[in-house]
Amino acid sequence: MKINETPAQREFVAGQRRRKRAVLACRILLLAAVLTIWEVCAGLGIINDFIFSSPSRIIRCFYTMLLDGSIFLHTGVTVLETLVSFFLVVTIGILGAILLWSSRTLSEIMDPYLVMLNSLPKSALAPILIVWLGNNMRTIVVAAVSVAVFGSILTLHNGFRSVDPDQIRLIYSLGGNRADVLKKVLLPGSVPLIISNMKVNIGLCLVGVIIGEFLSAQAGLGYLIIYGSQVFKLDLVMMSIVILCGLSAFLYQAIAVLERKVQGTE
Amino acid sequence: MIPKLEVRNLNYSYHTMDGETTALSDISFSVKSGEFIAVVGPSGCGKSTLLSLICGLFKPDSGTILLDGRPVRRASSGIGYMLQKDHLFEWRTIRSNASLGLEIRKKMDDLHKSRVAGLLETYGLEPFSGARPSQLSGGMRQRAALIRTLALEPDLLLLDEPFSALDYQTRLAVCDDISTIIRDRKKTAVLITHDLSEAVSVADRVLVLTGRPGHVGAELTVSFASGETSPLKRRNEPEFSTYFNEIWRLLQRGAEHLPDPKGNYAEVLHEN
Repeated sequence: MKINETPAQREFVAGQRRRKRAVLACRILLLAAVLTIWEVCAGLGIINDFIFSSPSRIIRCFYTMLLDGSIFLHTGVTVLETLVSFFLVVTIGILGAILLWSSRTLSEIMDPYLVMLNSLPKSALAPILIVWLGNNMRTIVVAAVSVAVFGSILTLHNGFRSVDPDQIRLIYSLGGNRADVLKKVLLPGSVPLIISNMKVNIGLCLVGVIIGEFLSAQAGLGYLIIYGSQVFKLDLVMMSIVILCGLSAFLYQAIAVLERKVQGTE
Repeated sequence: MIPKLEVRNLNYSYHTMDGETTALSDISFSVKSGEFIAVVGPSGCGKSTLLSLICGLFKPDSGTILLDGRPVRRASSGIGYMLQKDHLFEWRTIRSNASLGLEIRKKMDDLHKSRVAGLLETYGLEPFSGARPSQLSGGMRQRAALIRTLALEPDLLLLDEPFSALDYQTRLAVCDDISTIIRDRKKTAVLITHDLSEAVSVADRVLVLTGRPGHVGAELTVSFASGETSPLKRRNEPEFSTYFNEIWRLLQRGAEHLPDPKGNYAEVLHEN
């Protein structure tokens, strides 16, 4: 607390802090309430815990898989596939956007096809990918890339095109060429856009990986979900979903940390 | 003596699918070395286009532009261009923003680096050389933008309403500041503005562009008996309002010849 703060300012700051704490407390309470009601209902037989599972059954299932180490394999496979496809999407997205920007004719030719591919439900492609690429990780990565890459190219290209034309004029007036415009204005100026695009992409890649794992996988959380539902081990399915929730939140936060780091240096 | 800049019978048109728009028609004028000229005119009369042509960013339909008696090349290093906004990049420090031109022309040697450092020092930006543009005031930002232009040592400066994005008070101060620096360094300058008082306060000569397409409606030499060159002080000289009214009259006369009766003069009237 600063010495020269007026009581009104102190009251305001304290009020804001109280509100923050109340929000956090409510969040925790909400989660606890849902888990408790779920657990109690399952215990009293109000819902069938064979179908609906229960928090305790999920924890038991998790513990068993923790002991035999299989949980690490499945989570690891999903994370690996997600990260590989994420890096591919980011790289192809940036390169694709640069390519489209470098030739207006090319971008005009490609535009309707990219828009079409972007809005196509990518799950429709999955069966074809299995036939073409086989029942393996390659199919899963390609499926995940296909979910995110077209939107990524379009978003970044739009960002490049919306750069203030006067900034480009400045580079030309200083004797620069198109490559200088790209290096000095477009890429550094698009860093915030690239990162916010990454936030979208990490989620989409996870969606794509799970779609891919549903169809062709020997391991991974998507595989566990499908396998669990086929052999009616709903604990396994629920546990995988809970891990997926945590995973997606973690990956998103990782990008958010990167974003804060980048903003901090600017 | 060869003029620093000579523009002869310049014509330029824009082409769109809706048709052709003649922006500039038969523009001729010349600027002596060390002279400061202002070009005034309503918006849409092709003032900015004129600078882009002089800078070599656009190619004229016909006519010639000579810099030191030789045709201009695209973005010749002898010409510095200041735009309406400072366009300092937030991801660069002030020093690195000021060195942008050197980087682009691959002149980042010790000699040039120390020259930028010297300019920052001279114009009071040395303490901010590691700062980001957002930490500077509007006036300091324009100074940084001027240093970025001066780092390439141009003889001719093209100023495209460089003060119009600033609020009025800052604008008077920055205009005084920048034009004093330009005069001290004995640079030749062409200032585009729609602010008549700004034109009278900084220039040795005012070129009045009128109409659509723009053409040179009149030329007026501005000279103060006291020999004053500081824009702020000039505003208090007795001749100031005479020149202002004269340019006003010239613009009004031009407006009468506009095909569009509304013209764009409402804007000029409003701002002055």
